[in-house]
Amino acid sequence: MTILIIQILNSLFYASVLFLIAAGLSLIFGVMRIVNMAHGTFYAVGAFVTAWLVGRAIALGVPAGWTFLLIPVGAGAVGLLGVVIEPLLRPFYRRAEEYQLLVTFGLLLILEDVIRLLWGGLPLSADPVMDVLPSIRIGGLIYPGYNLVVIAVGAAAAIGLWAVIYRTKFGVMLRATSQDRRMASALGLNVGLIYVSAFAIGCFMAGLGGAIIVPSQAAVLGMGIEALILAFVVVVIGGLGSLQGALVGALIVSFVRTAGIQFFPEIELAVLYLIAAVVLLVKPTGLFGTA
Amino acid sequence: MTVAAVSRVQYRPKLLLFAAAAVVLMLLALLPPYIGLYQTQLLTYGLIAAIAALGFNLLLGYTGLLSFGHSAFFGVGAYSVAFLLRDAGIHSMELYILIGLPIAAVISALFGYICVRHTRIFFGILTLALSQVLWTLAYKFFWVTGGSDGLRVARPTLLAGMLTFTGGGSFQRFINAYYYYVLGVFAICVVIMWVIVHSPFGKALQAIRDNETRAAFLGLRISRFRWVSFLISGTFTGLAGILWVPLNGLTTPEVMYWPFSGEIVFMTLLGGFRNFTGPIVGGVLFTYLKTYAVATTEYWQLLLGVVLVLLVMLLPTGIVGAISAVAGKLRPREKSS
Repeated sequence: MTILIIQILNSLFYASVLFLIAAGLSLIFGVMRIVNMAHGTFYAVGAFVTAWLVGRAIALGVPAGWTFLLIPVGAGAVGLLGVVIEPLLRPFYRRAEEYQLLVTFGLLLILEDVIRLLWGGLPLSADPVMDVLPSIRIGGLIYPGYNLVVIAVGAAAAIGLWAVIYRTKFGVMLRATSQDRRMASALGLNVGLIYVSAFAIGCFMAGLGGAIIVPSQAAVLGMGIEALILAFVVVVIGGLGSLQGALVGALIVSFVRTAGIQFFPEIELAVLYLIAAVVLLVKPTGLFGTA
Repeated sequence: MTVAAVSRVQYRPKLLLFAAAAVVLMLLALLPPYIGLYQTQLLTYGLIAAIAALGFNLLLGYTGLLSFGHSAFFGVGAYSVAFLLRDAGIHSMELYILIGLPIAAVISALFGYICVRHTRIFFGILTLALSQVLWTLAYKFFWVTGGSDGLRVARPTLLAGMLTFTGGGSFQRFINAYYYYVLGVFAICVVIMWVIVHSPFGKALQAIRDNETRAAFLGLRISRFRWVSFLISGTFTGLAGILWVPLNGLTTPEVMYWPFSGEIVFMTLLGGFRNFTGPIVGGVLFTYLKTYAVATTEYWQLLLGVVLVLLVMLLPTGIVGAISAVAGKLRPREKSS
């Protein structure tokens, strides 16, 4: 029973991070109709920036408790990176999808090496943040309290994003642009600004995913490439461009993966890809997709 | 324009093309003594990449489907050879090809059957997801596949055991002989692919690519054509994997990981996917580009990424496409495919 609770918590922890990445990917696709292959790498950038900042702060003698504030800073840095990169992608919006995929693949190659250039090839960790919070006892076992924070952040992000998209004026503008870009533009919306914002929010979410996972897992090279594929699986199951889809997809993937690691470790990833393939076959738009 | 004029216009470039191909083949055959062992080996890698890209382009250039999972077929070819050597004790290159090709074809047929139900972005994601199933299997089932260590493959015998490579100087002899072997297979592949894309079947694929609805109204069974195209495409790439592994001496799950699929797309785009010769040029050029990028800088991915972005921005038709566009401007005449 205790094991079960811990496994459920692990799944939720994992789902939170995955939701942050996949929701960003889905939002960018929903608004801009671009499948961003570099999205996983933004997640990696978030992890590296945060780990680096935490390392600097600890070296400067900042109390470990304050380093929590560096998590949103790391995520914000990735959002800013998004603001810088979106204008570079503009020439490709009118091109065929193949070219968009290739350009973002090129961006992935570039960013992966920029990470290596800036931080080297060694894993970078931010353990002090995790050690601030006490471990809690569940049954006879010890569970890191930090993981609960991650779950809470994931839940808050889901609610926050939902509120922004469905309950604010900006959300209406986002959805209008997503449905018909030219009509939105004709009605006087600044589509360029909406694109930048959507891309920046998407990047911020991915960055937050990276920033929040790095205290419990070190940032390593290639983590973005791995995360991208899992985010693809999530959005394929849930439906590209759908927020609910990203949430449900992240939960499905996380629970299947946790169960997989427990019961069928050799094929846990293969099972996930197969689920994605089956969903694409049975319901090409995903469980919640409309496009 | 009269009928005779049309046929002459179509006839002349074809003859020229065959003459040019023969000259290029001759030059490639004469090259090894002048360029040394290392360059010969590199060129062999280039020709193998060209075969992979040639197969890939049947799908992208002629059928209009962008696969992000062709690493799977390359990997299936490579691992088939490794298994044949380890579990069946086969050392003959011909047997590798004869047994490996049907395996690659079966996997391609299976993947294709699932993937061709979709087009555009979903096709890409589906091929990606399925190829990663194979990657995780190769990665996780280490007692079968050697895991991340991969499997070693010794030098095979060529031409039904007539050429064996053991003892002193065998490496040099192997590289030279293998170059001609790959060149021969490459030439056969080019001819087969040329026949395929210029056959009624190839024309049907192009019709589907250009306008699916019209092609359907002409009575073409769209998904059947796409499936066969996928099958041929995957099998060619599988053949490239079969040829690659004895040269490399080792196969690891890396060849199935999806960034390698991205490299295959890259090569094709580099040469130009609207051309028959584009992927061939792209495959060879990419091999050189990557080798020199890796040799000159630790940050070769950055270099390749910049090249890719610039390519899409400035040369969307690839190098061959750009050259033929310039040539077309200099010498205005009827265009032929």
